[in-house]
Amino acid sequence: MSLALVDCESFYASCERIFRPDLKHVPIVVLSNNDGCVIARSTEAKQMGIGMGVPWFKVKDAFLAQGGKVFSSNFTFYGDMSNRVMNILEGFVPKVEVYSIDEAFLELDSLEENYNIYGFGCHIRGLVKQWTGVPVRIGIAPTKTLTKIALNEVKRLNIPTKVHQITSTKEIREALANTPVNDVWGVGRRLSEHLNRAKIFNALQLADTDPRHIKHKFSVVLERTVRELRGQRCLDIENNLTAKKQIVVSRSFGARVADLKTLRPIVSNFAVRAAEKLRHEKQKCSQVSVFVRTSPFSDHKPQHTGYKTIELATPTNDTRDILIAAKKALLPIFRSGYDYAKAGILLSRFTSETSKQYSLFKDPNEPKENSKFMEYIDQLNAYETQVYFASQNTKRWSPMKQNMTSPKYTTCWYELPVAN
Amino acid sequence: MKVDYIGEISSDKLTADYIPYYAEAVHAGFPSPASDYIESPIDLNKHLIKNSSATFLVRAQGQSMLGSGITDKAVLVVDRSIKPVHNSIVVAAIDGEFVCKRLKLKPRMCLMPDNPEYPPIFINHGQELEIVGTVTAAINKF
Repeated sequence: MSLALVDCESFYASCERIFRPDLKHVPIVVLSNNDGCVIARSTEAKQMGIGMGVPWFKVKDAFLAQGGKVFSSNFTFYGDMSNRVMNILEGFVPKVEVYSIDEAFLELDSLEENYNIYGFGCHIRGLVKQWTGVPVRIGIAPTKTLTKIALNEVKRLNIPTKVHQITSTKEIREALANTPVNDVWGVGRRLSEHLNRAKIFNALQLADTDPRHIKHKFSVVLERTVRELRGQRCLDIENNLTAKKQIVVSRSFGARVADLKTLRPIVSNFAVRAAEKLRHEKQKCSQVSVFVRTSPFSDHKPQHTGYKTIELATPTNDTRDILIAAKKALLPIFRSGYDYAKAGILLSRFTSETSKQYSLFKDPNEPKENSKFMEYIDQLNAYETQVYFASQNTKRWSPMKQNMTSPKYTTCWYELPVAN
Repeated sequence: MKVDYIGEISSDKLTADYIPYYAEAVHAGFPSPASDYIESPIDLNKHLIKNSSATFLVRAQGQSMLGSGITDKAVLVVDRSIKPVHNSIVVAAIDGEFVCKRLKLKPRMCLMPDNPEYPPIFINHGQELEIVGTVTAAINKF
C-alpha cells in the first residue's frame, strides 16, 4: 500500500531551460509578478547562495556578474508544461491528486503486492523527462506526510535516481530521525517553536509522542500528522473536482500609486477578474475583501497596510455587486499620504451557483437576478472585444512592469521555438 | 497531379475536443434518417498529433531540409515520445541551439541536411548532442 509524491525540480527554472539549450548549465532565476522577488532557482543558482523569496534588487548585481540568467515569470508557459506533466501522470495510475502547479500525489494501491514500485517510480521519472523535458523527483511511502519525508531524503542523501522509497519501519524511522520537525508537512515555524519547547526537535520524536497527548496539547490536525508519520493513512488522495474555497487576484505595482483616483480603477480591474474566475468555477461568494499595502522595502517611507471584508447578505457572482462591495471595502482602508505598492481582492465563503439561500431580511443591495447579463459580457470578452465597467482602468490591467519574460513557446503561433 | 477526396473539414475553430454532432435534442417526430450516419468532422490535430503531452511545435528556419519537403518557416510537429532511428528526421540540440536534420547512425553518426548545398554535422569527441524529439510532420503554408 503506497502513495507517491511527484515533484517537479525547480519547476519554473526547469521550464525556462527546455527551449533554451544554450542555458543548459547556466544559473537561472525566475522572478515574481513585477520582477519583485526570486521565486524559482536552478540548482546552479541555489549553489550561488541565491535564497528563495529574496528581493531581486538585493542579489541582481552579483547574480548577473557571475553569468546568471534571469526571467520574469511566464505563467502561460508554466501552466501548459504543468498540464502536460499531470496528463502523463494520469495515464499511469487511476488516482492522481494535482496538489499544486508542480506537485502531484499518485495512489499506487492498485499495484500488486510484489510489484517493483521503486522501478515504476524510476520509469515515470524517465518518461516525464523524455516526453516533456521536465525533471521530477519522486518520494514513495505509505502515507502522504511520509512521501514528503521521502522526497526530502532524495535531497539529503543526494540520490542520483531522484526516486526514493521508504517502506520498512527501519527505513521510515531512519528518515524521520534525520528530518527536523519544521520540515514535516503541516508543521509551520510557529508550531515547531512550540514543539521545540516540548523537547520535540525531529520528526521521529514527534512520531513517538502519544497521538492522544498531541491532540490534547496541540490540535486534531497535528494528531493526524503524528498518525501519518507512524504510517497510518489519514489523508486520502483527493480528486481535483472539489471546488475552490477562495479566489485571490492581487498584484504589485510597477510604479508606486499614491492617490485614490489611480488606485480605485486598479482594484476594480481585480474585482472584474476575480468575478470572472468565480463564474468560471460556477460559484457565488458572500464575502469580498480588499487589501492595500505600501512596500516593506522602502525603509524611510511611512508604512500602511489596510484590509477590510464586506459581508454580502445574499451570495453573488455578478461583477456589478462585487464592484460595489470592493469600493465599500477600499474607501475606509485607503489613507492618503502613502505610496502603495500592492493591492488585491479576495472572494470567499462560496456557495454553488445553483443553490440559493435567501436572506431573512430584505437586502437593500439585493444581488442582480439577471445572470444572463454577465453571461453575455463573459461571452463578448472571450473574443477580441473588451467590455469594461465604468470604474475600471481600461488602459492596462495594472501598472505592471515585466521585462524579461520568455516566449509563450507552446501556446502562441508567433512565439514557437526555432530550429535551423 | 491526382487528388483524392478525404473528407470535409469543420468550418469551426480546430480544437482537439469536439462536441460530437450526434448530441442532438430528442424530437418527438420521425427521427432524422441521417442521425445514425453522422460522424465528427476531420480533425487536423488528431491527424497530426498522436501524443499531445509529448508533442511540441517548432518553427523551421532556412533551406537545409528542402529535400524532405520542409521549407523555410514550416511548422514542425515534434513528438518527444517517439524514439528516433537511423534516417529519422529529428530536432536536436547542438552547440546551444536547435537544428532540424536527418539522423544518420551509420557509417558514422551525423546530422544530415536534405540539401546538397549544406554540409553534414558530425559529432566530435566531447561535443554534446541531445536529440529532443522526432519530427512527425511539417506544415508548409502557401
